[in-house]
Amino acid sequence: MSAATVRSLVVVGASLAGLRAVEAARKAGFAGRITLIGDEPHLPYDRPPLSKQLLAPGGPTDPVTFRSRAELVAELGVELLLDAPATGLDPDSRVVHAGGEDVAYDALVVATGAAARGLPGTEGLAGVHVLRTLDDARAVRRALDEGARTVVVGAGFIGSEVASAARERGLPITIVEALPSPLVRSVGADLGTALSLLHARNGTALHCGQTVAAVEGTGRVEGVRLADGTVIDADLVVVGIGAVPRTDWLAGSGLPVDDGVVCDEFLRAGAPGIYAAGDVARWHNALFDRSMRVEHWSAAAEQGARAARNAVSPAEVQSYVTVPYFWSDWYGSRIQFAGVATNAGHEIVSGDPAGDHFVALYREGDRLTGVLTLNGQRHVMKYRRLIAQRARFDEAIAFARTSVLRRSATTTS
Amino acid sequence: MRIVLDRAKCTGIGICEALAPTVFEVDDHGELVVLSAEVPEDAQNEVTEAVEGCPTMALRLQP
Ligand SMILES: Cc1cc2nc3c(=O)[nH]c(=O)nc-3n(C[C@H](O)[C@H](O)[C@H](O)COP(=O)(O)OP(=O)(O)OC[C@H]3O[C@@H](n4cnc5c(N)ncnc54)[C@H](O)[C@@H]3O)c2cc1C
Ligand code: SF4
Repeated sequence: MSAATVRSLVVVGASLAGLRAVEAARKAGFAGRITLIGDEPHLPYDRPPLSKQLLAPGGPTDPVTFRSRAELVAELGVELLLDAPATGLDPDSRVVHAGGEDVAYDALVVATGAAARGLPGTEGLAGVHVLRTLDDARAVRRALDEGARTVVVGAGFIGSEVASAARERGLPITIVEALPSPLVRSVGADLGTALSLLHARNGTALHCGQTVAAVEGTGRVEGVRLADGTVIDADLVVVGIGAVPRTDWLAGSGLPVDDGVVCDEFLRAGAPGIYAAGDVARWHNALFDRSMRVEHWSAAAEQGARAARNAVSPAEVQSYVTVPYFWSDWYGSRIQFAGVATNAGHEIVSGDPAGDHFVALYREGDRLTGVLTLNGQRHVMKYRRLIAQRARFDEAIAFARTSVLRRSATTTS
Repeated sequence: MRIVLDRAKCTGIGICEALAPTVFEVDDHGELVVLSAEVPEDAQNEVTEAVEGCPTMALRLQP
């Protein structure tokens, strides 16, 4: 299909990637029909605050929405189909089934995100929550405000943010992690252990290498039993053991799915006119020459925009290349990571992993591939740029030395 | 065009610095420093992207 014949764009998933998709299509001058389909009743809202500001004592309970209904409908000319789960896709006739309707498209952006993985056997037990949606966040907030004794299952970023919110209230909290050290996949074992020191320093108990044998309670959670027999009393259990891409509704469509919708470097999803973006998309990132699926805010925002631009101007597609970036806030400290974590070694170029500030660089061969910072806001984006420029590891080390010198010349700390 | 920063909203995530490094820089305390109050001629696109890319909608352009 040529560029001139794209008359309708359908975006499934009304969150960050979906919103950025409809905005970008209009910005690119697309004047055709745009439909934004979402299964939540809410307007698109921001997820990172759900485990941060929305859990803070005395913090807001309303979500951060990006745009009002009026802006979406009147200014951007978007038809909103909310509270309308898409249940199927027919790529041959170019139709999405959603909320009992058949919605026809010339171009489609799949932006259905990911769903938090639950703990099998805890369905229907009150007090057990995942943290993905506004409703989840409100339930966790309420429990914390009521003074819940909390167990977090999984020592990932979201669970760690929940722990921060509990400790801010002085509440007892335990994190249980099945692997021997936390955050292995995101930042590697050594630095995962370094970050987890923050838990101990802030009064959160962390049990690594322990699995949950059962969540106990009748009707409502009363405790968590570990594989070694220990029972931890709990009024609130937050399950933070990762997310799975929401591709269930694509079953039978023939769209290639493999831990996400499989896309090429242009975010094209393997059937004419179909693109994917955000947490649901697995694409080829040319910068690292590998297939990736990332669950990060910036990638979702950027992919949404790129996918829509490509979708409405298929003759001028551009690839999506990025240095993945995310941040997380623990106990008033900011963690930032850019790139990919490798096991090939890292070097600390500023601060101390046992302290309140450090900057660690990761390598793969002689190339710089990643940077992790704790309270290193000034550093992270500079290394991110070096990673984007395919800098060598020794160049990055040299850069670190000169910037440390520059800094000690201008500050006294 | 002038760059207006709402400090109450900015959380120093640094997306703006990633997009327009000549204009934005986050300092040691996580505070954003706007290096040039006026949008430089040669950085118009980057600054526009930064303003739109800010997750907390802390940046605005004012004619
Ligand atoms: C609690 C929390 C904290 C986070 N904190 C950070 C952070 O600090 N830093 C960071 O970089 N990232 C963070 N993230 C990740 C970031 O929020 C996500 O990467 C981002 O939300 C992905 O956007 P998305 O639009 O791809 O997917 P989602 O936000 O998951 O949106 C997908 C939307 O599609 C809808 N949908 C799914 N299936 C269907 C269907 N069949 N029909 C219709 N609609 C459907 C969903 O209900 C949802 O509304 C956090 C995530 C969470 C949950
Ligand atoms: S992107 Fe926004 S929140 Fe982040 S540092 Fe820039 S202005 Fe502040």
